[in-house]
Amino acid sequence: MTLRDIINKLLRRQPASASTARERLQLVLAHDRSDLSTELLDQMRKEILEVVAKYVEIDMDEGAVSLETEDRMTALVANLPIKRTLNGKIKLIEHASQEQESDNSSENTEQSIKNQ
Amino acid sequence: MATDTRVILICSGKGGVGKTTLTANLGISLARQGLSTAVLDADFGLRNLDLLLGLENRIVYTAQEVLEEECRLDQALVKHKQESNLSLLPAGNPRMLDWLKPDDMKRIVEMLKEQFDYVLIDCPAGVEDGFKNAMAASQEAIIVTNPEVSAVRDADRVIGLLNTNAIKPVQLVLNRVRPKMMASQEMLSIDDVTDILALPLLGLVLEDEQVIVSTNRGEPLTLNSVNSPAAKCYLNIAKRLLGEDIPLIDPVEESSGFGAKFRRLMQTKIF
Ligand SMILES: Nc1ncnc2c1ncn2[C@@H]1O[C@H](COP(=O)(O)OP(=O)(O)O)[C@@H](O)[C@H]1O
Ligand SMILES: [Mg+2]
Repeated sequence: MTLRDIINKLLRRQPASASTARERLQLVLAHDRSDLSTELLDQMRKEILEVVAKYVEIDMDEGAVSLETEDRMTALVANLPIKRTLNGKIKLIEHASQEQESDNSSENTEQSIKNQ
Repeated sequence: MATDTRVILICSGKGGVGKTTLTANLGISLARQGLSTAVLDADFGLRNLDLLLGLENRIVYTAQEVLEEECRLDQALVKHKQESNLSLLPAGNPRMLDWLKPDDMKRIVEMLKEQFDYVLIDCPAGVEDGFKNAMAASQEAIIVTNPEVSAVRDADRVIGLLNTNAIKPVQLVLNRVRPKMMASQEMLSIDDVTDILALPLLGLVLEDEQVIVSTNRGEPLTLNSVNSPAAKCYLNIAKRLLGEDIPLIDPVEESSGFGAKFRRLMQTKIF
């Protein structure tokens, strides 16, 4: 945010159009660069959640999968909130062998699959 | 006989962003540096390079007759009067588009490589066959774009295709830059465009009325009007292409006086 943007905000003027252009471009290019539609992305989110849910208990409604682009690298970022037991342990599903400990009451696993 | 010919594709995706003007001016500038240079009009549908170079009345044969073996390459090449190191290989009839294949373009370029140090290919707009044929014959590329959303978006599409076809290096020329609009943040900045497209900047070209005057005359700016703002930009681009270390000037920084100082302050990133 630049000084001009702040003044425009204070005066309730429209932001300078260059920043609008930049934001719109970044969004449209993230989608142009992947050939993924929103439906496919959503289906993938469900399938990824199902796989992860075999090992740890996760909040099926919370997980988000999104595309992020930087330097011509598009990353598929999955953000999956893991549920915890009352004593702070990650809830593992039966066949997963090791138990992990942590002080926080929730933790996110970030998975990213990089492509061109 | 040239040994390490550089074959450079000049492309953009979107039409009307300044490919042909850049090709003509780069051609003149490289030739003036003593490099034997060929400019190839690969925009068979809407050919214009001959007009911008003022060579439209001297065309006898075109790339088409060369491919059909109705004439030799040197019969089709049109040598520039003032800049004898520069030759144009004109585009043939638009119907060439029906049969031209990537291999045909490769054949033409192979022939040009035997005599020239530099081959500049003026590419058609779009990402269809015309573009793909031209790309097939190229080693490196210059993407021309304007600081506008549609031009940048289309450039991004083309960059993706160049990357998958292992064309490199791919460098950026940002054309029709208006420093005042950039300073007041009503135009995408140089950094915005280079960040978004993630390409090294070969140079920028200022918006300049003289470009139109020069097209009217069929004399590229770099030929006779070397002091116009855009001509200086084209010359710098040519020098950088040859590996000279010419620093990039920030057009917003360039402007001086109180107005410019104020604009710069307003541009300061707070967070
Ligand atoms: N730097 C510039 N300043 C002003 N006008 C320009 C500039 N560059 C190109 N133009 C104009 O833009 C139009 C399109 O240019 P052209 O080189 O034919 O684009 P393309 O080959 O990409 O279609 C022409 O009318 C040309 O005069
Ligand atoms: Mg053109």
